[in-house]
Amino acid sequence: MASRQIPVHISQQFDKELNDLRANVLTMGGLVEDHLNRALTALSNEDFEAAEYVATHDYKVNAFEVEIDEECSRILLKRQPAAGDLRLVLAVSKTITDLERVGDEVEKVGRMALDLMGSDSPKSYYVGILAMGFHVKKMLHDVLDAFARMDSQAAFQVAQQDPQVDEENDAIMRHLITYMMEDPRSISQVLNAVLAVRAFERIGDHANNIGEYIIYFVEGKDVRHTSLQDIEQELKLSSKRT
Amino acid sequence: MPFQRIKCLREVAEGMSEPQETLKPPPPIENEHMQSDSTPSIDFDGREVCLTVSDLNLYYSENQALNGINMTIPEKMVTSFIGPSGCGKSTLLRCFNRMNDLIDGVSISGSIYLHDEDIYDREVNVANLRRRIGMVFQKPNPFPKSIYENVAYGLRIQGIKNRRVLDTAVERSLRAAALWEEVKDRIHETALSLSGGQQQRLVIARAIAIEPEVLLLDEPASALDPISTLKIEELIYELKQEYTIVIVTHNMQQATRVSDYTAFMYLGDLIEFGDTNKIFTTPDKKQTEDYITGRYG
Repeated sequence: MASRQIPVHISQQFDKELNDLRANVLTMGGLVEDHLNRALTALSNEDFEAAEYVATHDYKVNAFEVEIDEECSRILLKRQPAAGDLRLVLAVSKTITDLERVGDEVEKVGRMALDLMGSDSPKSYYVGILAMGFHVKKMLHDVLDAFARMDSQAAFQVAQQDPQVDEENDAIMRHLITYMMEDPRSISQVLNAVLAVRAFERIGDHANNIGEYIIYFVEGKDVRHTSLQDIEQELKLSSKRT
Repeated sequence: MPFQRIKCLREVAEGMSEPQETLKPPPPIENEHMQSDSTPSIDFDGREVCLTVSDLNLYYSENQALNGINMTIPEKMVTSFIGPSGCGKSTLLRCFNRMNDLIDGVSISGSIYLHDEDIYDREVNVANLRRRIGMVFQKPNPFPKSIYENVAYGLRIQGIKNRRVLDTAVERSLRAAALWEEVKDRIHETALSLSGGQQQRLVIARAIAIEPEVLLLDEPASALDPISTLKIEELIYELKQEYTIVIVTHNMQQATRVSDYTAFMYLGDLIEFGDTNKIFTTPDKKQTEDYITGRYG
């Protein structure tokens, strides 16, 4: 079963609650994505407004997290969901935690962008970083798309990209370290760049986590801390079964 | 209730088991694909098997109520049967102590073994079987006697007259049923003065007074308020140290709370049987999932 449709409950109110829950997660995801876009614009175009917006608007993401969490506990209390419904509520509750952390990381990037604009650091520091930023942006977009369609294969494809992000991370770090060795006076500015790289790397990890929650919901398999090969094996088995 | 009536009905019941061979309806065909994969052998974490059901078919006259059920029930564990009304779960439960023998027009094929004894064997003394496999029903059914006499009833039927033996057994059973503290000062008052929840625990005390091996509970808490329900559930948890328990329930939260293994039945078929946590988080069958999540099947 690559994707999962939710058939109708006898209680239509329950259907509505679950649909609203999913819709809210997607809205929250959209918001985080928007912030990430602005952060990237801020970095690439030295857009002060965008950077300031990102650095000051994380409260919106946080409010979503609180609201969706409340919804989850309300559903658990009222409906005592089982099987797929239970897995959906659990997956949502974990997904929003990761989304909120993505929000925090984006906020950090916004702050750094502001710092960088205030200094006269050369653009060459950020070339690789931007590419990495766009990469994790795509991962986040794809994983939210997989969430919308409840598509475990698509979620797995996101998870497959994580090693690439880690490689990019290592490469950029080596690059930045050489800057610091060449000219110790650049250290404070390069450190800012290092933190930005770190933030993007974490966003990739969070997207990967969300992918795992989608696989948990759709397949009923907990694939956290599992190698990519094993996950692939699981997905193949379950697609054969249905 | 049980013993006297069962004794005189035994002849009737045995008379009824006659037509089983002659009037055997055709074997079911349409659900064969379900049986093949719905009955995996479960290892029950090394527990011994208490009851083994093989190819059990049951007919109410022409209507088939159970379609080739195969399952094993582990010893000293709680196994619950869930499913919509009319799915055969109570019928299956009643097969375990041959209560269906008492219903006109019932015919049964296949076998049920209690350990290595075929309970549908002609040699089996049904009254003895029911002593080993006790049953509690949805509505508490105490006899219009004192609390003491209710619990002592089964022992008296067995011919035990020694007052001291009876006293000990009554206290032990009432304690095991978590009722002793509430009734010890009025043990000779009529059982009908007890509340519904207390009556249900009294009936359980009566069932365990004769030290059965298996307790069958047919919706034991569905007529009770939430507090009494929790007490019964707590009691089930205590009792499984000593007894094998099979429970039919419409309350799925109850099944998740009390049982170790869960069987989902639908239209006379055993659809899925397995570890309770597995059934309620990641069932294998779509039918199971649709039922436990409250969807149109």
